[in-house]
Amino acid sequence: MITEMNSTEEHNNGWQASVKRILTELKDKPGALLPVLHAIQTEIGYVPGESVTLIAESLSLSRAEVHGVISFYTFFRSTRGGSHTLQICRSESCQAMGSRELESHAKQSLQIGFDQTTSAGDITLEAVYCLGNCACSPAMRIDHQVYGRVTAEKFDQLVSALRTNVIEVK
Amino acid sequence: MSQAATTIYVPRDTTTISLGADQVADMIQTSAANEQQRLNVVRNGSRGLYWLEPMLEIDTDRGRVAYGPVMPDDVDDFLATECWREQAGHPLYLGLTEDLPFLKNQQRLTFSKVGLIDPLSVDEYCHLGGFEGLRCALKLSPQETVSQVTDSGLRGRGGAAFPTGKKWQTVLDTRAEQKYIVCNADEGDAGTYADRMMMESDPFALIEGMTIAALAVGASIGYIYLREEYRLSEEVLNAAIRLASEHHFLGDNILDSDKSFSIEVRLGAGAYICGEETALLESLEGKRGMVRAKPPLPAIQGLWQQPTVINNVITLATIPTILAKGPDFYRNFGIGGSRGTMPFQLSGNIKQAGLVELAFGPPLATLLNEFGGGTANGREMKAVQVGGPLGAYLPSTLWHTQLDYEAFATVQAGIGHGGIIVFDDSVDMSEQARFAMEFCAIESCGKCTPCRIGSVRGVEVIDQLGQRDVEFEPDDPERLAQKVLLEDLCETMTLGSLCGLGGMTAFPVLSALKHFSEDFD
Ligand SMILES: Cc1cc2nc3c(=O)[nH]c(=O)nc-3n(C[C@H](O)[C@H](O)[C@H](O)COP(=O)(O)O)c2cc1C
Ligand code: SF4
Repeated sequence: MITEMNSTEEHNNGWQASVKRILTELKDKPGALLPVLHAIQTEIGYVPGESVTLIAESLSLSRAEVHGVISFYTFFRSTRGGSHTLQICRSESCQAMGSRELESHAKQSLQIGFDQTTSAGDITLEAVYCLGNCACSPAMRIDHQVYGRVTAEKFDQLVSALRTNVIEVK
Repeated sequence: MSQAATTIYVPRDTTTISLGADQVADMIQTSAANEQQRLNVVRNGSRGLYWLEPMLEIDTDRGRVAYGPVMPDDVDDFLATECWREQAGHPLYLGLTEDLPFLKNQQRLTFSKVGLIDPLSVDEYCHLGGFEGLRCALKLSPQETVSQVTDSGLRGRGGAAFPTGKKWQTVLDTRAEQKYIVCNADEGDAGTYADRMMMESDPFALIEGMTIAALAVGASIGYIYLREEYRLSEEVLNAAIRLASEHHFLGDNILDSDKSFSIEVRLGAGAYICGEETALLESLEGKRGMVRAKPPLPAIQGLWQQPTVINNVITLATIPTILAKGPDFYRNFGIGGSRGTMPFQLSGNIKQAGLVELAFGPPLATLLNEFGGGTANGREMKAVQVGGPLGAYLPSTLWHTQLDYEAFATVQAGIGHGGIIVFDDSVDMSEQARFAMEFCAIESCGKCTPCRIGSVRGVEVIDQLGQRDVEFEPDDPERLAQKVLLEDLCETMTLGSLCGLGGMTAFPVLSALKHFSEDFD
């Protein structure tokens, strides 16, 4: 797993090759920056700060422009998150069905706040504003999987399932 | 002679999967293989009766018969009692799908195929009249197509309700080398999921609508700007685009004509403001989602400064019906300046949550009671927010309001994208008002001071009002002053904001303050 990656150098070589390949593939798309950032984050898990120079050069943008875009969009991360991302919907439909309580339960049971990662590094907790699952509120998402009518018990079950399953190495 | 296989429909959309529909489908498939039962599992889209989902249907001589909700835990029993043979006595048996009152009492035009078919079956789509609208448009001149859309009375379903034909006319009349069709699939409003359902359950309708738009205004490139949260929509749309191209409904020389059009799906990245059309265009261009000042209108200078049609998913998915059945057919639904149908989406604390497509006109109460069946937990209904996070909170005294754009405007409310969120009597409306301000602060693009700073200040003022440890009389001058301050703040935001985020946050805040003022005492 991630922590066992032995040297920074090896890690750097890994992501640099990925970023270069992605840029070669996508740089000629009109408005390529978002597709590029998505591809990088999908592959590496985040957008390494050091990749900004490469991206900027390849797309003929300034580093400030690239950085500005990464920081504008909440979805893009510039540091590595937990192995899984758990998002709790804070929007009105979910509020009407107890999401405020679900949010407190999640924070308490994971012992973290939003935009924080558990000490074990397995889960990053985030707020999300609507998952389009409003007919079955409250909703949450683990990575790309959406769950509906989430009670505190269901939350606990899902989290413990995450923790007992062998987590795939990214 | 071997008996023909029975078809079992197991829906596949984000919400049904969120309830376990994938497990249900797997279990049935595995059992069918092991027990050699002649069962053919089809993954259809959702009919949108979400309190009954996963709602399974089987083909019978009488038509489709439904069971629901069939949770993974119910599957063993479902199979053991051979439900595919129509077991009317089964506790989950619902009868003929088309006789379910929730469906029967709707007027499904735009959603006519949603939930009926395998979303990725070109044959089934065509069998139910799909691509007829496109065939009609190919025989018309661009002006004739635009005129049909204008005559239908269709107004944008994304929230602003701008006449669609008028927008298209501007793009048609603007000369340019390159024009674009952009589909706004950012669906950021809480309590709305019609776009998602359409993309996941009937993606060809959107593709057909975009292609007709392209023929009408002379565009050759289209983008669907899809919110990042909708990963299943992304998968289904990309597959549908591939299939439509293989069948020559998209791509070069559409249906052997000299017209060409391509569509690419682009993902957003978690910014609500990118649903605003000009911020969306900035984002598509690879920039931060900062709202542009208008004019110029996107119809004249849109994506990369070129004339651009930007429409919501539902607006575009409605176009095939208008072309296939004629503008009069469509405009005969609805009333006054609100023509056609609207897909309303029931959510929050409601017993029967789901999608209700209705002609404009009936009172809001019809949706809440006849379709919705009251609250989910049986408590009293207190407030209903219509039209997403920028929509007003309405008290019971206003639930008789007719569902049309004009009637809603007269009660300082809007229909928006058709989301209807129900709250029971345990809700604290000052908390809801606070959240509206907080949401504006979180999602503001930062361009206008009233929006960026005013919303933060709004949260503080509501917090001060809410300090319940301090003993106040309701008519305490200090409290009254705070309420006036909140109203002034809302007015400044409304008047001093470039777009609807800062400009409409006053709707939820002031409606909460006006109709539920006791919650602020
Ligand atoms: C803050 C804000 C957010 C918006 N979000 C959306 C959205 O998620 N989806 C949408 O279709 N329209 C949204 N709109 C409306 C669009 O700006 C625009 O009116 C719409 O895309 C035009 O398409 P239509 O005429 O088909 O509705 C939003 C507007 C504002 C001000
Ligand atoms: S009102 Fe708010 S979101 Fe809209 S342009 Fe101004 S600062 Fe941006």
